[in-house]
Amino acid sequence: MAHNCCEGFSRSRDAKAPPPAGRGLDRRQFLMRSAGLALTVYGATRLPLAALEEGVAAAAPPDRVLVSVFMAGGIDSLSVLAPVGDPSYRKLRPKLALPDSDGTPFGEDGRLRWHPSAAGFATLHGEGKATVMPAVGYEHPDQSHFNSRHFYEVGALQPRVVTGWMGRYLDRVGTMDNPLQGLALSGDLAPALAATRVPVSAIQGPGDYDFGAPGVWGAVAPMMIEAFQSIGAAHAGSKDVAMKTAGGVAVQSARLRQQLLPFGGKQIQSPVAYPTEGNSSFSRRLAALAAMLAGGLPLRCVALNAPGDYDTHDSQPADLAENLKATVDGLLAFQRDLEARGVADRVLVQVWSEFGRRAEENGSDGTDHGAAGLGMLIGTQARGQMVGEFPGLDRLDDDGNLRATSDFRAVYCGLLEQWLGTDAAAVVPEAARFGRPALVR
Amino acid sequence: MSTTASAEAHASRRRRRRGKRTRRRRRGPVVSVYRGRFGVEQAERLLWRAGFGPRPGEAEKLARKGLEGAVHSLTRPRRKERLGGPPPHDQDGHPLAPADAWGHDHLWWLDRMLRTNRPLTERMTLVWHDWFATSNEGVGSQRLMIHQNEMLRKNALGSFRDLVVRVTRDPAMLLWLSGAQNREDSPNENYARELMELFTLGADRGYTEDDVREHARALTGFRNDWDDGVGPNNFRFDTEYHDGGTKRIFGKKGRFEWRDSCEMCLAHPSHSSFFVEKLWSYFIPVPPGRRTRRALQSLYVRGRYEVRPVVEAILRHPSFYEGPRMVKPPVVYLAGLLRGSGRWLDTESWTWLSDMMRQRLFVPPNVAGWEDDRWLDTGTWRARWLTASQVLREREEDPGKPYDETEEPAAAVDRALAFWGRPAVSATTRGRLLSFAERVNSAADKPYKRRGYFASRQNALRVLVATSPDMQTS
Repeated sequence: MAHNCCEGFSRSRDAKAPPPAGRGLDRRQFLMRSAGLALTVYGATRLPLAALEEGVAAAAPPDRVLVSVFMAGGIDSLSVLAPVGDPSYRKLRPKLALPDSDGTPFGEDGRLRWHPSAAGFATLHGEGKATVMPAVGYEHPDQSHFNSRHFYEVGALQPRVVTGWMGRYLDRVGTMDNPLQGLALSGDLAPALAATRVPVSAIQGPGDYDFGAPGVWGAVAPMMIEAFQSIGAAHAGSKDVAMKTAGGVAVQSARLRQQLLPFGGKQIQSPVAYPTEGNSSFSRRLAALAAMLAGGLPLRCVALNAPGDYDTHDSQPADLAENLKATVDGLLAFQRDLEARGVADRVLVQVWSEFGRRAEENGSDGTDHGAAGLGMLIGTQARGQMVGEFPGLDRLDDDGNLRATSDFRAVYCGLLEQWLGTDAAAVVPEAARFGRPALVR
Repeated sequence: MSTTASAEAHASRRRRRRGKRTRRRRRGPVVSVYRGRFGVEQAERLLWRAGFGPRPGEAEKLARKGLEGAVHSLTRPRRKERLGGPPPHDQDGHPLAPADAWGHDHLWWLDRMLRTNRPLTERMTLVWHDWFATSNEGVGSQRLMIHQNEMLRKNALGSFRDLVVRVTRDPAMLLWLSGAQNREDSPNENYARELMELFTLGADRGYTEDDVREHARALTGFRNDWDDGVGPNNFRFDTEYHDGGTKRIFGKKGRFEWRDSCEMCLAHPSHSSFFVEKLWSYFIPVPPGRRTRRALQSLYVRGRYEVRPVVEAILRHPSFYEGPRMVKPPVVYLAGLLRGSGRWLDTESWTWLSDMMRQRLFVPPNVAGWEDDRWLDTGTWRARWLTASQVLREREEDPGKPYDETEEPAAAVDRALAFWGRPAVSATTRGRLLSFAERVNSAADKPYKRRGYFASRQNALRVLVATSPDMQTS
């Protein structure tokens, strides 16, 4: 993977100028009995753990949930939805252009064809369950991964904002005792979920959580686990803070193990099959999410990362095909899972990337950073009609990049008002400046 | 070298006996020294906090030197630096490739922690790695990271001024905080900001955004080349890239350049308090009192930025021995388990296990370093359990083979403690270990069960000792 990463992409966030949203928030561990999941909770230091657990248990599941899926690195929209009917396409992409016969045509614009790996998107679009934005972006596009992603995360072109756009929404509608209202499913807190008033959480990842030891057999093994809990408990009330912490965490770990036991090795039983090839942790996370949604957990906004890295400066054809397929197939299975569980009408998935890629290919079977790119909304309630047209390759911007025909902030405003039922002006800076594309049925 | 802290303390005690207090006052306040018993328990804490834990018998040996001798043996070792024990290798017996193979940079340093005869030097190198936190995520070159590491080690107990100067022009740092992209025509404030905020002064402690901008101008001029197959190389200062104009920094005007930037930060009135408090926090979990802080500042300033006397004063301070315990950083915990149980570096597993415990060397989470007060949660606790199990692995008793079927519970606990080099554990923990051992005794109610149960019990006890709160802290 490292071979096709540019420097700016692999660079740690904190090394660069704008502080990422979510930096410096308080974190604490939180164990949720009902779901049996280890959560890291951000920004809830004022409440005791028990209050949070009770809050989660008491909260009613909201009517509507937004799931944000980030394709990191800047996916090449001109490959996902290839403009094979645009006369300039083959000139700009002599090596990388999608063959005319590949993939399926895009019903709303005869110039465009779906990449074979995006067949699942084509299916969903055909069923009227996908709203496509062929060139979403913003004015004066920034071609740094870090900066552009930051803009999308915070919902503004402002380097110093530290709250995420979904975090600010949760600050308005969320409660003090429900950290599950904002859930990051990729380990660390997604900056878009960073809130200031209410707690949000990050899951450490579904997987078994057990405590074996070499050469500990049979009946001695469970006794050993009870013993580590008992040793921890003996110190959990210690006057020494470090001993108390170490003892307390042993007790929590033993309890968490107990909660996860029912999931066993198999964990979650999905009504549909998820793809198993490629990055299966994405599938596992989506399957867990569907189970949590169907289980009535009080989630409002969820964020997770798509598998793979879309920063395809070289070896684009192979890398893109593999990663895109893992993402699309996973999302299709997720949609089918939600439908089978009868909760599909409550969930809308938003797919985004920090930018698209340069229209002209580079000399190493890849493409460099671009501007406007692909965005998608998926769900039974998605309106299914294209937002912003494909701008064509004959009127690129000064850097040779696609011009935006829709603004990501307008999309956020639309999602907030049409899907989440809140006043966008209270969440997105200068919301009045943006149009309101029709996104939802 | 300046007068040593300990010599000063001795002298002041002598002076006090002679009643010549006036001279002492002129030399500034003196840092308190621990006067209690210096036994095995104290020596163990010293070895854990100023190193990577004792090898079997080491704490006893150190205790016999007394406090002064013990501290000096760490801060002013007489023998030449050397690595003992067998050279490191992976699980297939192949040597490490620290500059090239993924994760071997971590193993290379971990191995030094196991084999060095100068544990404090390694520990201080770790302190500086956290202080001037540079991540290979942004540098992208294990070679340059190791190069920086060697520089930090050479200056581990020397002058903080040298350290700041060398860090400022260090290639890995120039890449990490954009120093090599900071040029007159496109200034980059990244390093200038962190130099003040994280390295020398502390956030919002007597500088302005204008100072950041002007420092950035003074720091312009570093550049490097990049070649296929070689990567970044030929790091140098190029006057063509330097902004030679007049800058205004901390209210002073001049044609400042990068060395001036360093000097001005060190001479800033906020620096000495920032320095001593931060250094203190690596060794003692509660901040120093005002009097102690001032005494340490005075020691630091009088010593012209020498680190060693300040470290010595901290290691002899009553709070070090009488104060609360500290959670061991993950690599210290791991290195200590390996040292205590006499295992050398023989597997690559330590890289991912350390990552799970959330301390991968050369990859701190960001430029502010690791969150040293948040090592333990349910995820990292399990990682510590897996680590302890992995340290035991291949040396565990085989429950399928003969084992002493008459072993008493207390003897089983002692044997498990001996496996880790007989660390001190609290009476509470010992009591719980014993209850567990007795429970297994009762469960082995048939003679045929004893062999398997008792071998299993021994293995379980070893992991229980290693993961006990006593062993997670020092």
